[in-house]
Order: sequence, then structure tokens, then C-alpha cells
Amino acid sequence: MLNHRSDTSFAFPVKVSLLSAGLFLGLFFFLPLILVFGVSLASRGMYGGITWIVTWENYQRVFDPLVGMIFLRSLFLAGLTTLICAVVGFPLAYCLSRASKPWQLILLTLVMIPFWTNFLVRTYAWVLILRADGILNSLLIGVGLLDAPLSLLFTDLSVFVGLVYGYLPFMVLPLVVAIERIPPQLEDAAFDLYASMGGMFRHVLLPLSTPGFLAGGVLVFIPSLGAFITPYLLGGGQNMMLGTFIQQEFLVARDWPFGSALSFGLMGTVLLTWFLLGRMSVEKEPS
Amino acid sequence: MNESVVLDKVTKTHGLVKAVDHVSLSIQSGEFFSVLGPSGSGKTTILRLIAGLDRPDQGDIVIQQRVVTLDPPHKRPVNMVFQHYALFPHLSVFENVAFGLRMKGESQAMTQKAVSQMLALVRLQGKEKRLPGHLSGGEQQRVALARALVNRPIVLLLDEPLAALDQQLRQEMQGELKRLQREVKATFICVTHQQDEALMLSDRIAVMQGGKVLQVGTPREIYDCPVSSTVAQFIGLSNVLSGTIAHCEDGLCRVEHEVLAPVKVVCSPHDSLQGAVTVMVRPERVHVSSDMSANGYDNMFTAIVHQVVFSGNEVVYHVRLRGEVIWIARVPIAEARARPLTVGQPVYVQWRAQEGLVLPAHSTPC
Repeated sequence: MLNHRSDTSFAFPVKVSLLSAGLFLGLFFFLPLILVFGVSLASRGMYGGITWIVTWENYQRVFDPLVGMIFLRSLFLAGLTTLICAVVGFPLAYCLSRASKPWQLILLTLVMIPFWTNFLVRTYAWVLILRADGILNSLLIGVGLLDAPLSLLFTDLSVFVGLVYGYLPFMVLPLVVAIERIPPQLEDAAFDLYASMGGMFRHVLLPLSTPGFLAGGVLVFIPSLGAFITPYLLGGGQNMMLGTFIQQEFLVARDWPFGSALSFGLMGTVLLTWFLLGRMSVEKEPS
Repeated sequence: MNESVVLDKVTKTHGLVKAVDHVSLSIQSGEFFSVLGPSGSGKTTILRLIAGLDRPDQGDIVIQQRVVTLDPPHKRPVNMVFQHYALFPHLSVFENVAFGLRMKGESQAMTQKAVSQMLALVRLQGKEKRLPGHLSGGEQQRVALARALVNRPIVLLLDEPLAALDQQLRQEMQGELKRLQREVKATFICVTHQQDEALMLSDRIAVMQGGKVLQVGTPREIYDCPVSSTVAQFIGLSNVLSGTIAHCEDGLCRVEHEVLAPVKVVCSPHDSLQGAVTVMVRPERVHVSSDMSANGYDNMFTAIVHQVVFSGNEVVYHVRLRGEVIWIARVPIAEARARPLTVGQPVYVQWRAQEGLVLPAHSTPC
């Protein structure tokens, strides 16, 4: 089969599209990546510039316990976000996939509408809701449930709420696709074979939705691991995640080499997670 | 004989459509009962109601003298073979069959034994570890049967069990179904739109249309004495003529047609019929010949051979009577060989009065 390809060369349009795609990727992806990698091997100059002395020191600093704490916190928040998105997203995705066609369209549009607004603006909206004199606190005090406002903003909780809010659609949409492919008859069959609601979910829906969970998991976990806007606006300066930490190194500490090394650390973590998830899905695939 | 399943004036509405409309059926224990009807006639809804997957709006469902109308599916001694089988694609053949037992919390040893026995019964030994996607249609069908029967249901429900199989497999599985029913001694309720399947498999058949049961009876009764032209046309091919009853005497009716000469038919069983009627004659009862062999046929018309269809063991002639009326006659191959007819040839179409059936022109459910 392969030698068949070698004696017929690609057609001209194919060549052009391959070349343009390659050029695009090379210019806007690989070249910047190489540049950042180069910077990560350099040293910080006295006044925040870059001194071209090659060193591994920046990478050694990535493994500093303090930096490790930020990595762990990011991993924890991203993991928890993924979990909650999955738990909240599944019922929503299920209703969406089993709704009648017109309802499905309406519900899908409702899920998508937030994307029409800038993410930054939507995150500011959460600031308005969560801050001390914000909507939520005024409401709770107005109803009489609270005497003094809760400090909700600039906590891990607010970052977490923001992340779940921001990335929920990325879990819901792959799940909808996965659940739509499960014939409703399988649910009937499970009930007919004495399954309770829970049994049906555990033995039929859940295993058959695994591809959706995996795809959604990747789509939620990776961006929330490197999230910047949400922890920056809702977490304040104290509750740092990797994204905010990298931004600080570049713009506040003006340590570009260390920031670059951190970026590669983040990328490594993402690739490792990707790899592990890939392994998991391969194991799920029955031989 | 005691009743296995009784439906008492059951009605189920889907939106504005009455999928099942005041249906009463009583199915004997150990019976192979078929519900026959075109798609959308409500036959699948009947199965879902018996299984408990749908709840009736009105009426009651009784299984083994127990009212189960409001019971959920897992509390009913009933299992179902779904259309397209609905096998769990992520579970092996063994796990598919074991599903019901596992959900009921049977012991590992008992499950192992029952599943192995059942797989042997449907001749699927050695395929335990396969996934349903890697099985042929016939094998999937057997897994679906085993998965339902392993739970020892009192009633087995089959939703178009053979529809997805090709012709040869279907005939094989028909025999298989009968054999399984004898061995497990359960009541089988089968829904189908294929009349030959229903005729061959069933002890009794209910013919449904538009959510109503038109007739219940043995295959023979339904074939020979349909209560209406709708039933007649649904079971087997038939020739029909509409006309009006001119007069009846000595059990013989004369039915007048607007173009053709009056048709003579035996009146029973609808003696009280008057006015507009339909006369039905089965194609195998119609005699077609090029000469006027006058051996006691009461009806005779001239016609022209319109089409000749050879189907192996018989030849089907489509002949055109006066007034563009097309009739079908099925002639055994030996007879057709002895006296071949060709397209365009003028012929005589004849049949005896007792072979025609007079039915009300508009179907009225019994």
C-alpha cells in the first residue's frame, strides 16, 4: 500500500495546502516555541533584560518547592474543576442529547451564548457578583441569611467558581456528542434487565460516555491548568496559579528566562497529563 | 389453560396520537402470540406497555393474575428482545447475557452456570468473550434471545425479531424461535409487520391498525376469514373488488360492480351485510386459462395477461379485467408449464363462489 504512494506524487493543490499549513505552523508555532526555549536557557540581566549566557539554572528553579506549591495548587484546582465540570456537565449533557430536536437547538444555543461575549467581560461579571458589596452578598444580607458580607472574592473558591463557569461548555459539548451516540434503547434494555436508575447509569451510560469524558477532561483540564484571566481577576495577587505566576515573571519580575522555563514546565505537565489520559483511553478500549 | 398476559381496555397516547386505543387482549400461557400491523399501528407500544417501559393512560395490564399496570420494568416477570437487539456494545457476549442476573444480584457461580447453559441453548458456545460488534446479525440475535431468556421470564417479548436478518437467516431463526419456545416453555409475544412470519410462527395473531386491534385469531382464521378488507389485504395478497350487494338467496350473494358483470359469492360469515361491500379472492384460488374449462366455476371474466412473474415454485399472473381492474393469480409451476400463458394473451379468469369472501367496504373493528 505504501509504495503505491511513493510513485505517485501529490497533486498541485495538495502541495500548496500542505506547504501553506506547514509555513503557518512553522512561522507562528514552532518558531516562537524555539525562541521561548532559547530564552529559557538564557540568564536574566541586571535590569530585567536577557543576557545570553546559556544555563540550566532556570529549569532548576522550576523544581523549587515554592514553585512546586504553585504547580500543585494549579494541578489541584484544574483537577477539581475538571471533576466538577464532569459532575455538573453530565446531567446537562444528558438532557441536551435526549431532548427533542427543537429543544436541543434552544438548549445548545443557551450553552453557547456565553461564547459570544468576551471572556474577560464575563469574568468581570463574576467580580461584580462575588465582591463584598456584590450582588450575592447584598442578596444574602437582604434576605436575612447573613449579617456581614462573606469575603468570597480573591479566594481559591472564587477562582474555582470562575474556572468551572468558564470551562463547563468544553465538558458539555463532547459529552453531548458521546451520549447522542448511545441508543436510548440500551437504557430500556438495562431497565428491562432489572437495572435500577443507578445501575443503568453505572453499567451502561457511564462506560459508554467515556470518550466524551476523556475529550471533555482534556479540554477542561489543560486550559484551566494554564488559566490566567480567571485566577488573576478572581484570585487576586495571593492565590496564584501557574498562568498568573508566569505572567508575573514576565511583566512584574521581568525575569523572562525563568518565565520561559516555567512555560515549558507547564507544557511538560500538560503533555504528561495528555499522555496519561491517552494511556487510560487505550486501556479502556477492549482488545 | 390459564392466561399469561391480559390487557384490559388499555390506552396510551403519544402527544396527540393514540398509539394504543382501548386495546383488550388476553394471551394464554405458553402461547406464541403475534401482533401484526403496519409500522405506526401501535404494536411496539403494546410490547413496551407489557414490559413496563411505558405506562398506559387508561386500562390495566395483568401478568399471571397480578395487576402490574404501575410496576416498573424490573418488577415484572417479563423480558424483551429489542428491535436491533440493543446489545451493550461495551460488554462481551457473556457479560451481555449475564447482565440481568448480575442486576438481580445472583451469585457468581449461579450466573456462570446459567449463562453457559443459555449460550449452549442458543448455540453460541466459544463466543463468550466476543464483543457484539464482532458478531454476525444472526449471532447478535441469539445473544439478544439468550440475554432475555436467561432470566427465565414468564413472558418473552420480541420486537421485530427477524427484521434485521437476511432472507435465509430469517427462515433459520424462525425454526430456532419455535424450538426455543418449546424448550423454555414461556409465552412469546412477538411484534412484526411481516405477515408470512406471523402466519408461520404464531399460535394466534392480533392484527392491528391505527392503535386498534382489528382481529384476533389463529393464522388460519385470519387468512381464511378476515373480518374486514383491511385485515384481508394485510394478510397475504388478495384480489379485491368493491361493489354493492344486489340480493342474497340460498346463501349466495350477487355483488354488482360498476363495470364488471355481477359476482357470485357465498354470504357467510357476514350475513347481515348490505349495500357497499368488498369482494376478496385469494390469488391461489383464481383460475386462469386460455380456454373456457367449465368445471363448476361460478364466476368467469375475460381478461388479458398483463404481466408474468416467475418465482421458482409458482408463476404469478397479473391479468387485466375490464375497467382496468388488475387481478393476480398464483399458479403452481407444474400447471403453468403445462399450459403456459404469455403477455397480451386473452384469458378467462374464473373462481368458485365459495372462494370469494364478502366483507364490509369500510373496515369496522370487531
